Amino acid sequence: MLQMVVCVKQVPDTAEVRINPRTNTLVRAGVPAILNPYDAHAVEAAVQLKEKYGGQVTALSMGPPQAEEVLRRALGMGADRAILLSDRAFAGSDTLATSYILAAAIRAIDRETPVDLVFCGKQAIDGDTAQVGPGIAARLGFTQLTYVMAIDGVDLEKRQIQVQRKLEDKREVIRGRLPALLTVVKDLNELRYASLPALIRAARATITTWSKDDLDLDPASIGLKGSPTSVRRIFAPPARPGGELIPGEPRQAAAILVAKLVQTKIIADK
Amino acid sequence: MAERFEVVVVGAGPAGLAAALTLARAGVEVIVFERGEHPGSKNVMGGVLYRHPTEAVVPGFYHQAPLERPVVEQRLWLLTGEAALTLGYKDMVFAGEPFNAFTVLRARFDRWLADQAVAAGALLINETVVEDLLWENERVVGVRTGREGGDVRAEVVVLAEGANSLLTQKAGLKPDGINTNQLAVAVKEIIALPREKIEDRFNLEEGQGCTIELLGEATKGMLGTAFIYTNKDSLSVGVGVLLASLVRRRLNPNDLLEHLKSHPMVRSLLAGGESKEYQGHLIPEGGYQAVPKLYGNGVLVVGDAAMLVNGVHREGSNLALTSGLLAARTILAAREKGDYSEANLAPYRRALEESFVLKDLKKYQGASFFFDQNPQFFTLYPGLLSRAAREFLTVDNVPKRAKQKRILREITAARSRFQIARDLYSLWRVMG
Ligand SMILES: Cc1cc2nc3c(=O)[nH]c(=O)nc-3n(C[C@H](O)[C@H](O)[C@H](O)COP(=O)(O)OP(=O)(O)OC[C@H]3O[C@@H](n4cnc5c(N)ncnc54)[C@H](O)[C@@H]3O)c2cc1C
Ligand SMILES: Cc1cc2nc3c(=O)[nH]c(=O)nc-3n(C[C@H](O)[C@H](O)[C@H](O)COP(=O)(O)OP(=O)(O)OC[C@H]3O[C@@H](n4cnc5c(N)ncnc54)[C@H](O)[C@@H]3O)c2cc1C
Repeated sequence: MLQMVVCVKQVPDTAEVRINPRTNTLVRAGVPAILNPYDAHAVEAAVQLKEKYGGQVTALSMGPPQAEEVLRRALGMGADRAILLSDRAFAGSDTLATSYILAAAIRAIDRETPVDLVFCGKQAIDGDTAQVGPGIAARLGFTQLTYVMAIDGVDLEKRQIQVQRKLEDKREVIRGRLPALLTVVKDLNELRYASLPALIRAARATITTWSKDDLDLDPASIGLKGSPTSVRRIFAPPARPGGELIPGEPRQAAAILVAKLVQTKIIADK
Repeated sequence: MAERFEVVVVGAGPAGLAAALTLARAGVEVIVFERGEHPGSKNVMGGVLYRHPTEAVVPGFYHQAPLERPVVEQRLWLLTGEAALTLGYKDMVFAGEPFNAFTVLRARFDRWLADQAVAAGALLINETVVEDLLWENERVVGVRTGREGGDVRAEVVVLAEGANSLLTQKAGLKPDGINTNQLAVAVKEIIALPREKIEDRFNLEEGQGCTIELLGEATKGMLGTAFIYTNKDSLSVGVGVLLASLVRRRLNPNDLLEHLKSHPMVRSLLAGGESKEYQGHLIPEGGYQAVPKLYGNGVLVVGDAAMLVNGVHREGSNLALTSGLLAARTILAAREKGDYSEANLAPYRRALEESFVLKDLKKYQGASFFFDQNPQFFTLYPGLLSRAAREFLTVDNVPKRAKQKRILREITAARSRFQIARDLYSLWRVMG
């Protein structure tokens, strides 16, 4: 039996987001919200483990009341229950405050039944920092396994999990102790096409909402007050100008290259 | 065990949502299936949403619904190659409560309307296609969706699937296949423009909106219309023509839209805009004669699926909302009796006959055929009127009476006085 929590974030559909060139902020108005794509894979991973080892999957999201929709999506994919953390006092939280609040909620769940695994997406496609998962793990003192692209198995007796991490050009196979927090990449699994009974159950489900008063929180560590960082500017990096290809025989090409380097004063003329 | 509901609604457009909302409010267990990612995500309507019929479904909707601009002015442009004869009506009464019509972006409006239905207790299941109807003893007893465990049983199924009405055909209420004389094809582009530019170009006060309907060269003389509607910070520009005309002329709707956008009268309105979205859709324009059988044992058809579109007045959403509402009321009455057989659903047709919905369709029942048989209204007359206006307004020292004679001579050379008299009379017969 595994007690699992999946952190899911409502993000604007980036396919439809534009950056306001004057204010350098994301134009979110009217852009439909979706479940952060990485988080969908996190839900799928947890549900697959539940099917294999038994247990319970709780979907957890911090956001405005409309974030209910991504929680229902998680329920449709097989999560057993959903908790929404919603409070005006949470607004404006940066990654530090967000991971603080989410960690507090996971602690509250842990008090009911001890949590074995927490799942996060690798990153949110709007904030893009990839800091929230590790932030939660650090606060809870959980084993931290990032960029997980495969879960080899869980040993319930030894309380261990073995995963494969996606590195730039290789995989790293590591074993860690439970409880653990995993951040996952899309290679981890294929998303299921939810069954109709699951969708109907999700549409009918009541979603538990927790406000700041339901959690053990220091008011100075949440929302804007608890957020030491702020986004000053968002911009697309300027496209790098294309390089120049020098064709011809190696000897000739080298001579041309040297001449150019001399000309631009990168090397001295001898 | 299949899931059970009292009512299944297929399609979350205005017709299906009006039915679902009305039923859910009355405490009926209703489930709505929508094929798109969200209600409205596949919708192409221009579009103009009318206040009165919408309020019949959601009173005071304009205080909360995502609307673009209240329509204070409607213009009609008769286009020729490089000219336009224009007509319009602007009225500040339309700028305030209770309003007459609004421009909307359906992707937003339909989602909002669906939220109202869900808040009233309806279940909405998106991204799920209803593939077939379930039958027992010659009555519809539910639907089969494309998902695992996808059967749902119901007392009544409301078909609100829009113009491409495959299930209505499967229910045996409508002949199979596509009748190119009963369907128009429309394409629409949303072009982003800053709101100040829109207000300047269309001579509007802040927040107000206008619509332009274009005929003649706008459709290359084919039966149909083009439109330009002002949204908050975009324009909806589109053109729709009868499928049969397109096939006959071997034209495709994309070329028509490009042709329209390059017209000098239109070009300057769109200049500098950024194209955001491009979509095509069918509009059922068969009129009264094409309205299918609207009910059977355990099944009702509403909105576009029932061909309830008034092409002459570009009304569709209001007929859809009203038919959804009337269908829901019929179901509630049948529910009292605990019997959803054909006989108990028949009052739906009578209610539509007594409302503006079928009265208006009946009024224009000959229009589509008439204009198809009399293309001169779209091909010949716009040019004649335009040349007459040009002649009359060109100041060149020709005496006015001589000008009038010249105009009359040109017109009668193109079409005899007798033919013109007959055209006008028959136009009045069809439209009056
Ligand atoms: C009004 C407003 C003001 C903001 N101001 C700031 C600011 O000043 N400084 C700043 O740094 N950011 C700010 N943000 C951004 C916001 O705080 C971050 O989006 C948030 O901290 C998460 O960081 P991320 O998006 O980079 O997530 P990542 O760290 O990239 O997310 C990784 C994973 O963490 C989990 N996760 C992240 N967020 C949530 C959540 N809310 N609920 C559940 N799971 C979650 C998901 O599993 C996700 O896949 C602001 C946002 C809003 C709406
Ligand atoms: C370009 C254009 C401009 C228009 N302009 C106007 C205007 O200005 N004013 C106006 O009043 N009307 C206008 N109309 C007409 C108007 O859009 C329609 O009359 C109206 O949308 C009909 O509503 P409906 O609910 O019957 O169908 P729709 O709005 O078409 O909704 C049907 C829904 O059913 C879903 N669906 C279909 N089949 C299935 C299935 N098997 N399973 C699950 N879901 C399914 C579809 O995805 C869709 O969401 C316009 C139409 C077009 C194309």
